[in-house]
Amino acid sequence: MNVTATLIFQLIVFFILAWVTMKFIWPPLIAAIDERRQKIAEGLAAAEKGEKSLAEAKSSAQEIIKEAREQANKIVEQANRRSNELIEEARGAAVAEGQRLVAEARQNVELEATRAREQLRKEVAAIAVAGASRLLGREVDAKAHADLLEKLALEIERG
Amino acid sequence: MASEAGGEHSFAEYISHHLQHLATEKARGLIDFGVIHLDTLFFSILCGLVFLIPFIRAARKATPGVPGRFQTAVEMLVEFVEEQAKGMVHGDLKFIAPLALTVFVWVALMNAIDLIPVDLFPSIAKVFGIEYLRPLPTADLNGTFGLSIAVLLLVFYYNVKVKGIGGFLHQWITAPFGNVKVTANPLTWIAFVLLAVVNIAFTMIEYVGNTFSHGMRLFGNMYAGELIFFLIAGLGGSLTAFGIVMHIFSGAVWAIFHILIVLLQAFIFMMLTLVYIGQAHEHH
Repeated sequence: MNVTATLIFQLIVFFILAWVTMKFIWPPLIAAIDERRQKIAEGLAAAEKGEKSLAEAKSSAQEIIKEAREQANKIVEQANRRSNELIEEARGAAVAEGQRLVAEARQNVELEATRAREQLRKEVAAIAVAGASRLLGREVDAKAHADLLEKLALEIERG
Repeated sequence: MASEAGGEHSFAEYISHHLQHLATEKARGLIDFGVIHLDTLFFSILCGLVFLIPFIRAARKATPGVPGRFQTAVEMLVEFVEEQAKGMVHGDLKFIAPLALTVFVWVALMNAIDLIPVDLFPSIAKVFGIEYLRPLPTADLNGTFGLSIAVLLLVFYYNVKVKGIGGFLHQWITAPFGNVKVTANPLTWIAFVLLAVVNIAFTMIEYVGNTFSHGMRLFGNMYAGELIFFLIAGLGGSLTAFGIVMHIFSGAVWAIFHILIVLLQAFIFMMLTLVYIGQAHEHH
């Protein structure tokens, strides 16, 4: 239990240790700690930014999808309308064509009938002339008795 | 070991043998600056190296990337000490924070020598022909007062650095009671001198008291702890069944409790160091 020169040496050792710590231990450790802290702060900030932009992207994607859906609906509707129109148009055209064909056919039939009637009348006239000439025993001038023949033909026609 | 022979007389001898330092010569009187305690110095420097070498390695390998386990432990310690230093000292921490780290780790390591069996180092020393050895540097007054006086010197240094020599001297005559303004009235001269003397006396008491209690607190705790370990060793040395059982039991209990004291005293020593240096930074 004596106070000796040990005290002074201990004091010197203490200062040497503290000086070495100040020179070689403290600065690199603090630098590493601070740098890592900076990195972590940056990382956290980046993560937050990423999250925010992700949320933004999600909402904009939602909007785009909504828009696309609306547009698709519109297009489908339009297509439906257009197809209906086309069908209506086609039907109209078909009906018109049919009517035209029917009219044409009817006209043809009428024409044919008229022609046949004309033929028949001529034949009837010829037969009548032939019959008359045989009855009279002489030649009948078809031209001279055209009125008569015509009347006869009409009567036959009616008759 | 003297205790092996048993008996009260030899047990007292055992203890007083363990309290002898490995010194250059026997000290004459309480204060003898011709003597050096080689054991205290040896184990202080050994603990210093045990502190410095791993820490320097950690500092050298320190990366801002993912740290290893040891680097993490060192960094935790560094951050803890830095936080304490920041809270206590309002000034330039360039030297003070590393100083606090040194105090804490070094004192903790020196205290931890107390947990090594008390006869281990003296027995090894005996093989090399060394008669006396006290391996615990903080149970030596020189060990602890070396530190507390170093802190006192730092307190003076920072007082002068922060306030200037004039400010520091002014503090001696004005703190803690203040002083009167000197005017033409001779009465104020007398009051000034009287108050200056009282203030100087109190400032001296403050510094001496701080330094003494700073060194004595650590010394007292470690010395008492060491003595109790000697007594427990004496129990086992009795070679009776009761003595051996009690040695194992009380030795384990005291060692576990002492882990707390080792760290707590190191922490207190560091905190007081910071408090005293912090006070040196404050203007009265």
